[in-house]
Amino acid sequence: MLSVPTPLKWLLRILAITYVVLLVAWPVTSIVREAFADGPGTVVDIFQDPQVVRALSLTVQVAVQAVLINLVFGVGISLLLVRYRFPGKRVLSALIDLPMSVSPVVVGLSLLLVYNGRDGWFGPTLEEWGIKIIFSGTGMIMATCFVALPLVIREVVPVLQEIGDEQEQAARSLGANSRQTFWRITLPSIKWAVVYGVVLSLARSLGEFGAVKVVSGNVLNQTQTATLIVEEKYQSFEQSSAYAVSFVLAFVSVLCIVLVSILRPKESVK
Amino acid sequence: MASATLTAPARSPRQRRAGTGSTLTAGSALGLGIAITWFSLLVLIPLSAVVVAASERGWSGYIDTITSPQTMAAVRLTVGQSLLVTLVNVVMGTLIAWVLVRDRFWGKAVLDVVIDIPFALPTIVAGLVLLGLYGNGSPLGLDWAYTEKAVFLALAFVTLPFIVRTVQPVLEELEHDVEEAAASLGANRRTVFRRIILPSLTPAIAAGAALSFARAIAEYGSLVLLSGNKPFSTEVVSVRVLSFIENGSTASAAAVASLMLAVALVVIVLLDVLQRRVSRRA
Repeated sequence: MLSVPTPLKWLLRILAITYVVLLVAWPVTSIVREAFADGPGTVVDIFQDPQVVRALSLTVQVAVQAVLINLVFGVGISLLLVRYRFPGKRVLSALIDLPMSVSPVVVGLSLLLVYNGRDGWFGPTLEEWGIKIIFSGTGMIMATCFVALPLVIREVVPVLQEIGDEQEQAARSLGANSRQTFWRITLPSIKWAVVYGVVLSLARSLGEFGAVKVVSGNVLNQTQTATLIVEEKYQSFEQSSAYAVSFVLAFVSVLCIVLVSILRPKESVK
Repeated sequence: MASATLTAPARSPRQRRAGTGSTLTAGSALGLGIAITWFSLLVLIPLSAVVVAASERGWSGYIDTITSPQTMAAVRLTVGQSLLVTLVNVVMGTLIAWVLVRDRFWGKAVLDVVIDIPFALPTIVAGLVLLGLYGNGSPLGLDWAYTEKAVFLALAFVTLPFIVRTVQPVLEELEHDVEEAAASLGANRRTVFRRIILPSLTPAIAAGAALSFARAIAEYGSLVLLSGNKPFSTEVVSVRVLSFIENGSTASAAAVASLMLAVALVVIVLLDVLQRRVSRRA
């Protein structure tokens, strides 16, 4: 291994730590300071503000539904991409990553163009059938699904490739049908990858802002999510409640990250 | 760590695309049909709608929208700051990955977790936390809010994990004996780093840089509170698109959005090529 002289080692170490502390660690801890500047009262109070409570519960509902959809879709498409052969597979697997690099605002705009009830491609027809997508929960779930789409797939695909399909074939040759094979063999072996994917998707979904802002219309008490309330509170000079709601969001997302990092080593030890 | 989430090279496309796997059965064909329908309704059709809406006013209308002074200023700012941030990430990201893999010190595990925070923290909260340290009343005595520096900060924050998480696994898997062999043959440290280590890291660094550039171009949430969105000065492209949407001029919004989509597509193709190169080295 390349040996690094001690002074250089210290220099690199200090540079790395300073950069991360100044850019991430210190700012993130400052939110705790801001949120509790006037004692724990501010954070407790926001749970008594009906507008905030409604926004938080809407956020959780949208995120949970989006994560469930992405979970089913993600596991399904990962199995198809790894275990089967079909034309267009390579294009599909590249396109699956597209949501990672599309701007949330563009995501919102694209859904708006297709599903708005006035002049969208499908919107007017769907509204005739009584399905409203834009400015409603459905659109917000779709926008959240879009931005968090690749997360489960990116976790599950490498694990599926690594485990191979010998066990599945053995199970099948012993007479297991495909449902039994999936529940008894495949799922237990990709369990942890699925868990990471879900936790990361959840963090991403709870925090989605741009795409949801465009499709939700940000209607007070109806389609306002927690991230939208942070913006509104901050801009209407209710900074302490903006910081308090942010603290709740940051707490949950940091918890997700810590959870994943605690769970992950267990698997690599196996 | 959430490395696999961020690392382009984590999965090997060669394997995925090689002729392995069985042909579709009736059940899996049905599953594929449903999956592709959902993917089209959610992603493909809406994104094509952006391109169609952008072309509605013809070529000259498209060019007019994109070359309007305010849009051009936004494009210049976004591309300029994204390039700068990507450059900083190439240096700092590689450095941090190096420290995380080759160095041992107390608190390294914490550093490793902190790297992932920008990925999970809601972007609007990211803007707010940076405002706390670098805005008005900053404990550091800086007031960068509503300036170009604020745009840089926000982009650097949200793109921090990309290069670290693409380089880290490659660095972990490097064979140490090659370095030792080179050193025993008389190569000095600088030569070993430049001729042995750096070339094997380059595809991973490039993949991370592409991801980080794409993310920087696309960023919106963290800039809303931090940059002030002043036209001609701190307004980035995504904010421009949003103000077009809010004014009801969806055709103009789509025109600018199509530019951003083009960048995203180029990055996806680039990543696809790089992934194969990375997996060949691994």
